Amino acid sequence: MAILEIKGLRKSFGGVMAVAGMDLKVEDGHIDSIIGPNGAGKSTLFNLISGYYPCDEGRVFFKGQDITDLPPQKIAKMGIGRSFQVTNIFPKLTVFENIQATFLYTRGKGLKLFSDLKKFFTQEAEEILSNVGLIDQAGELAGILAAGDRKRLELGIVLATGPDLLLLDEPTCGMSPKETANTIDLIKEIAEKESLSVLFTEHKMDVVFGIAFHITVMNFGSIIAAGKPDDIRANEKVQQIYFGENRCSSK
Amino acid sequence: MQAERKNSAAKWLYGAITALVLIILPFVLEKGFSEYYLYLATKIMVWALFAMSFNLALGYGGMMSFGHAAFFGIGAYTCSLLLVKTSCPLPLAFVIAPFVAAGAGVIIGFFSVRIKGVFYFATITLSFAQLAYILAFKWRSFTFGDDGIQGIPIPALISTDETYINYYFFALIIIVICIYVLWKIVKSPFGLMLRSLRENPERATFVGMKVENYRLIAFVISAFFSGIAGVLYAFLETAISPDILFWSMSGEVILMGLLGGMHIFLGPALGATIMVLLNSFITSYTEYWGMVLGIALILIVLFFPKGVGGLMLEQYQKWMKRKGV
Ligand SMILES: Nc1ncnc2c1ncn2[C@@H]1O[C@H](COP(=O)(O)OP(=O)(O)O)[C@@H](O)[C@H]1O
Ligand SMILES: [Mg+2]
Repeated sequence: MAILEIKGLRKSFGGVMAVAGMDLKVEDGHIDSIIGPNGAGKSTLFNLISGYYPCDEGRVFFKGQDITDLPPQKIAKMGIGRSFQVTNIFPKLTVFENIQATFLYTRGKGLKLFSDLKKFFTQEAEEILSNVGLIDQAGELAGILAAGDRKRLELGIVLATGPDLLLLDEPTCGMSPKETANTIDLIKEIAEKESLSVLFTEHKMDVVFGIAFHITVMNFGSIIAAGKPDDIRANEKVQQIYFGENRCSSK
Repeated sequence: MQAERKNSAAKWLYGAITALVLIILPFVLEKGFSEYYLYLATKIMVWALFAMSFNLALGYGGMMSFGHAAFFGIGAYTCSLLLVKTSCPLPLAFVIAPFVAAGAGVIIGFFSVRIKGVFYFATITLSFAQLAYILAFKWRSFTFGDDGIQGIPIPALISTDETYINYYFFALIIIVICIYVLWKIVKSPFGLMLRSLRENPERATFVGMKVENYRLIAFVISAFFSGIAGVLYAFLETAISPDILFWSMSGEVILMGLLGGMHIFLGPALGATIMVLLNSFITSYTEYWGMVLGIALILIVLFFPKGVGGLMLEQYQKWMKRKGV
């Protein structure tokens, strides 16, 4: 069964057609990837799925339910957790509090007005921090972490929402090759352990080939090619439009 | 573990010293100086409560309300009107007033919490507060208009006719309880929610938080405690006028928050102390209090973005570090 299905999705900004009528399916339990040069429309696609922007046309189905244009909090509650291309965390909270706060929202304990904060989700938060390799920095302010650590913290935040589908927008942006490899392993490990489905965008082709079941290649808001890693590697059209690029932008 | 125990021992010590000072202070002021200083000390406490209540919205909730005079004033007016116009007993009037202020908080908050941007938030809250001011000013038959309410009947037990001592302790107890409750709120899961949404409402939304709901609740709690401060103010002055609803009152409480440090729990109380003292001494020299206020605001925002409290805390931490090394 498909956990996520997109039909004829369309979005333009002024004259720019950012997403030009896309169809896409993510099978339950898969780790799939979307690649494409800067400006291809990958982030916009995520923004449409997660409710950041309203869609011009088309529908989005999650676990068979129509979620098109629901408010972002609803979509998050239903089980889609997303990270942002430009890392999005709570910079003036500690690393630990970033995760704890997320648990409080997600598990509906945020309205406890007079209880002692220490009694809530301490263990759960520590477990997540160990999983994403940040347990030693638990007490530090999130804003002073290195770029790669911030990305992993955001992954931790997303995991703490208890999602069924992860949408990760360039999860290794700004990381060294070694960090990148570690992070990809981490995502794979977590997805398998928690039986999550993942859809992520990437720039670095080699990264994608090692992990994705299914790859969709985008350019100018449309799908250029889609298939198994080997098919994509062999596809000439993809090589032409894509292989010039190798940087992500954190604008 | 040991450090923690040492820390908590230090906290108890500071707490005990503060309590002792607050208990002895009124006698020292009365015997050593004059009743006026005792009145001033009480006034500082009342404003400290107002500023700390307000800061739940500004410092913790990230909401720049320019209309908090409304809640202060509505608290004061509700209690005073009940006492003057009905046979409502004082304890009941005291309890009803903050709930009416909170009710006003629900209405004003409902329209403002979804508004993005400091300027727009300030503008809409200011507009509502000015509406309350005009109501109090124009609706003579109900509010006595610009005559205000004189001679609010206060029982002998806390009367300020002869001495402010009794009232000082009455206000102290209520304010300490309120500050304790505010402290619990700030340190609760809800407090962390507030800080996180102040930091990054977008991230909060995308983990599933209904940001407006949390903002509204914080705003209403803030209004509630501002209402209590208003009642205490009315009893202290035994007379009120529509001036306590005027925008300059909202401006003063903002200034207290910024001056003391809005990201420090007791910061606004420090700001209140400085402002009340400055106000009472400077106004005896100059009529240009408003101008002094404006200049002070500009200087603070430019040079002490963390407030006097923030500055002191920084120095203290530096000093502790040096001592530790
Ligand atoms: N908020 C926006 N306003 C205007 N144009 C936008 C906006 N978001 C994206 N775009 C445009 O849509 C296109 C796709 O952008 P984006 O989805 O960020 O691509 P990618 O993530 O693949 O690099 C680009 O041309 C970009 O300039
Ligand atoms: Mg992008």
